[in-house]
Amino acid sequence: MEAFVNQLPIGISIGAVLLLIALGLTFTFGQMGVINMAHGEFIMAGAYTAYLLQDLTGRMAVIVALPVAFAVAGLMGLILERTAIRHFYGRPLDTLLLTWGVSLVLQQLARDLFGAPNVQVQAPAWLQGGIGTLPYNRLFIFVLALLTVAGVWAYLNRTGQGRRMQAVMQNRGLAAVSGIDTGRVDQRTFFIGSGLAGVAGVALTLIGPVGPTLGTYYIVDAFLVVVAGGLGSLLGAVVAAAGLGLLNSYAEFWSDASLAKVIVFAVIVAFLQVRPQGLFVLRSRALS
Amino acid sequence: MNAVTNLARLRGPGIFAVVAALALVVAPLALEPFRLGLLAKYLCFAIVALGIGLAWGQGGMLTLGQGVFFGLGGYAMGMHLKLVEASSLPSSGSSSGGGPALPDFMVWSGVEELPALWAPFADPVFALAMVVAGPVLIATVLGLLVFRQRVRGAYFAILTQALAAAFVILLVGQQGLTGGTNGLTNFFELFGRDLADDSTQRGLYIVVALVLGVLYLGARQLVNSRFGRLLVAVRDGEDRVRFLGYDPAVVKTIVFAISAGMAGLAGALFVPVVGIISPALLGVVPSLELVVAVAVGGRFALAGAVLGAVVMGYAKTSFSEQFADGWLYLQGALFILVMTLAPKGLVGLAASAREALAARRRPAVPASRTVKEIA
Repeated sequence: MEAFVNQLPIGISIGAVLLLIALGLTFTFGQMGVINMAHGEFIMAGAYTAYLLQDLTGRMAVIVALPVAFAVAGLMGLILERTAIRHFYGRPLDTLLLTWGVSLVLQQLARDLFGAPNVQVQAPAWLQGGIGTLPYNRLFIFVLALLTVAGVWAYLNRTGQGRRMQAVMQNRGLAAVSGIDTGRVDQRTFFIGSGLAGVAGVALTLIGPVGPTLGTYYIVDAFLVVVAGGLGSLLGAVVAAAGLGLLNSYAEFWSDASLAKVIVFAVIVAFLQVRPQGLFVLRSRALS
Repeated sequence: MNAVTNLARLRGPGIFAVVAALALVVAPLALEPFRLGLLAKYLCFAIVALGIGLAWGQGGMLTLGQGVFFGLGGYAMGMHLKLVEASSLPSSGSSSGGGPALPDFMVWSGVEELPALWAPFADPVFALAMVVAGPVLIATVLGLLVFRQRVRGAYFAILTQALAAAFVILLVGQQGLTGGTNGLTNFFELFGRDLADDSTQRGLYIVVALVLGVLYLGARQLVNSRFGRLLVAVRDGEDRVRFLGYDPAVVKTIVFAISAGMAGLAGALFVPVVGIISPALLGVVPSLELVVAVAVGGRFALAGAVLGAVVMGYAKTSFSEQFADGWLYLQGALFILVMTLAPKGLVGLAASAREALAARRRPAVPASRTVKEIA
């Protein structure tokens, strides 16, 4: 029982990180059918943004970096969308390979700019320590994830832009004939989705070192969250991220770290037997 | 007109014959042993690529986890070679218990008894059967589970990628069972032949080339059969195929299993050729690299898949010999260019070049005449 309680915060904080990463993915993947393998490198860009800001702001870098990293990663996403992905709509598998090429280039670029060894970002002093077994930095990530979800929810449901985004997600053709400029909505979606990756990157600096391959550790799991949660579903992403985080931490605890991933994979395949489209599905009459 | 079409029909077999002659006769004579070994390695990758070409190019299943099947085949072979070697060298550490001899890395990591999983691999027939049966079995189970629920496209790609990631973590974690990060290495003999010997390596190269050739012909036969048409139909309109009364899940599972079996076989050949099988060779990135190679060569033609694997393998070796960092840039850039400018790969470029040439050589056919011919 004690072990159960001890694993809980670890699981939740893994879930919070996955959620921050998967939030961006679920929009770019859900709305545009784009499998963005470079999403992991946007995370990395966010983390390095915090690292660079350290020189200016000292230990407050993490806080200052949150909006800056959002803008940096968002801009990178926007550039990627405008220059390359735009030409690939309707060919999701091709975007996967294209963006993987981009991610290779970005990783090597990071290696050349910042060096291959990992770097550290100093957490603010007030994030050291914790309540019982729950460290403050994990708590901070958890709160950050909650706030981000709230922000995204408000954006989607309370602003005109967000509603247009949902409209395009649900039925692109119908949205277009209703007068929505789907191209603009796509750009915005990609900016926000990639920006969220940058925020996730800043959060990751709190729990580990920053290196050129930072993003690749999380990207596979984050995609699984999107698959299990259902495309483009905010609630699905939240539930799936929490579920996968907990599953990861308990599987690691009860078996060992190497078996845990296999267990998680088996659970997901089993889960897809029951809900092949993920937890929450956008209902439509489209066949596929 | 008839003679021209006959010639065109002979072009495919003609190219195949020339390539086969180059690969089987010229290369073993002309290349020094080191280069021949490299070529054998590329041909192993080409076997995997052939499977990807079938599954992805013809069947539309983007599988990002072929490294798993490659690894299963490779480890099956590696385990057998390790056990043979351990039993032929009665070293002090391994024979103390009186049981079967232990491979060297198990002794190092403190394993006392041969794990039950390993024991049957001492039998060469079992090991060779597992090379293909293991991957085929896993691919069949996964394929049935996934395809019957109509999980497809990007979802399938992501699942296979997650499988590759989980497989590598498992291999690294089970140090005593799999050799961990180091994998299985230090092989000295294969079925009684010295692996360091040049003639063994040359023989191995011939075997790899022959296997590739046979599999290529078999895959071509498959693609040209009725089943192959069905496969392409599933790729282009899975729901329509279902409405016609076929079960796309079965078609896809069969082809996925075939591609897995090819990857397993390639892994088994890879082990004696290169002398190592380790997690670094089968993870997410190596699996993706092979998909990249297929895309560069041309995914819609089986020959393109083979060509791509050899070209990319060669490019990787020669570039990373000189500037290791540049290779990642080059690979990334090449990939972006191929996907945007030439989605049909090298084979597609060659085909359009040939068409352009032909169009220039013969005057354009007047529209009215074509209409009359059709009528």
